[in-house]
Amino acid sequence: MYSEKVMDHFQNPRNVGEIENASGVGTVGNAKCGDIMRIYLDIDENEIIQDVKFKTFGCGAAVATSSMATELVKGKSIYEALKITNKAVMEALDGLPPVKVHCSLLAEEAIHAALWDYAEKHGIRIEGLEKPKSDIHEGEEEEAEAY
Amino acid sequence: MKKLIYLDNAATTRTAPEVVEAMVPYFSEYYGNPSSVYSLAGDSKKAITKSRETIAKALGAKSNEIYFTAGGSEADNWALKAAAEAYASKGNHIITTKIEHHAILHTCEYLEKRGFEVTYLNVDENGVVRLEELKKAIRPTTILISVMFANNEIGTIEPIKEIGEIAKEHGILFHTDAVQAFGQVPISVDEYHIDMLSSSGHKLNGPKGIGFLYIRTGLKLRSFIHGGAQERKRRAGTENVPGIVGYGKAVERALDTLESRTAKERDLRDYLIRRVLAEVPFTRLNGHRTNRLPNNANFSFQFVEGESLLIMLDMEGICASSGSACTSGSLDPSHVLLAIGLPHEIAHGSLRLTLGEETTREEIDFVVETVKKIVQKLRDMSPLYEDFMKKGR
Repeated sequence: MYSEKVMDHFQNPRNVGEIENASGVGTVGNAKCGDIMRIYLDIDENEIIQDVKFKTFGCGAAVATSSMATELVKGKSIYEALKITNKAVMEALDGLPPVKVHCSLLAEEAIHAALWDYAEKHGIRIEGLEKPKSDIHEGEEEEAEAY
Repeated sequence: MKKLIYLDNAATTRTAPEVVEAMVPYFSEYYGNPSSVYSLAGDSKKAITKSRETIAKALGAKSNEIYFTAGGSEADNWALKAAAEAYASKGNHIITTKIEHHAILHTCEYLEKRGFEVTYLNVDENGVVRLEELKKAIRPTTILISVMFANNEIGTIEPIKEIGEIAKEHGILFHTDAVQAFGQVPISVDEYHIDMLSSSGHKLNGPKGIGFLYIRTGLKLRSFIHGGAQERKRRAGTENVPGIVGYGKAVERALDTLESRTAKERDLRDYLIRRVLAEVPFTRLNGHRTNRLPNNANFSFQFVEGESLLIMLDMEGICASSGSACTSGSLDPSHVLLAIGLPHEIAHGSLRLTLGEETTREEIDFVVETVKKIVQKLRDMSPLYEDFMKKGR
């Protein structure tokens, strides 16, 4: 059901891990739905992403899209990284099954969340970046309210 | 090619070679339509009769109470829809459980849309129906109780005899989906007061596309498929003769080896459960510890997602299944795991391993080692595990 590229990135995920004292960390998704992605960015003074790491709890597609997203943003400026869409991640993976498209959205959001964290920590505003909508506890809170 | 280790026998089983052998002549040699008059047809007819007798005997039933269908799902659909219709003048209430197979649950939803009321019983943390809750759910309008003999995901065996007695006391029909249990645990329809029972051939090393519904004599159920006199006018369509022959052979085998086979499976299953629980931290066993199908083990590995686990196992040649949402195509994990009270994130990390007659101890050892390795690999990339370890430190 997965393309060879997806399988490759799932079996040999690039950039798994953590970055200590990262410039920005973003976590999106929630455990209830079965997907959580966390992306760590190391951004230098020229606003270039020098290093990127990820950790993901999720299905094969979730791992592969996180891995591909880290590959795509590495070495890019924060503005270039901001332009990387879920579509770009999917295309780079030679497509995803329709039920897994949300994984690529999560990857895009994870990058945005990490950039948002970087901007907040450094007191800057990144043109075109909106506050990420989903965070790790969103689903749980919604459910808590529902009861 | 890597050696295949097949531990998904609850999904389907390998058709046994002697079953295939028994079936083959009924494709090209004795191919006559059993309804025809010439002697070629007589051979097909005789073969069907023999299979029916074998199966009836296995359940302590009469031959004319066994109705062949195209499988377990058809038998479930037939039992529920026809019983609901036949007894609609008596009442419109059906009792079932939250952990049934979708062939039951979706049929119940269908009936609800047509004016029937359905109570879905809760189960305890082991997946066992609470008899007190069942008794309380009974109304004057209750016409049918349908409880599975054993659960397909977590393997828990239900108190079928007690449920049958309760149904009988109240004069309510009792149906059981025995698709997983038939051939694995002894079943007597009389002793358990079962009025209808569904079963499927391919779960016990028989062929796919064949099953049966046991219908107790005297039950007035309408025909499920109209258009012919087959199956005593209750299920039209030319009989799947090779399938029926294969099913008969499979049941004969399953009954002959019931004790020794299930004893061996139980031993290996317990060995598997012991090792996994002892050697993989933050793991739980789902389903009843002892009162479960001899071949079923179901685990939840915290901080790990089931589909990832399955794909990695597949790369090592291991076939298994999961209650993870990602494998079902919906966002919710298994309804069974949720019904036994697992939180979503734990349910997402479930793994079902179902042994078969050919499973060996060496295979189990390899599977345990592989599971250990993969679970650790997935945890190492899991942000949930990272948070947990940091909090713990």
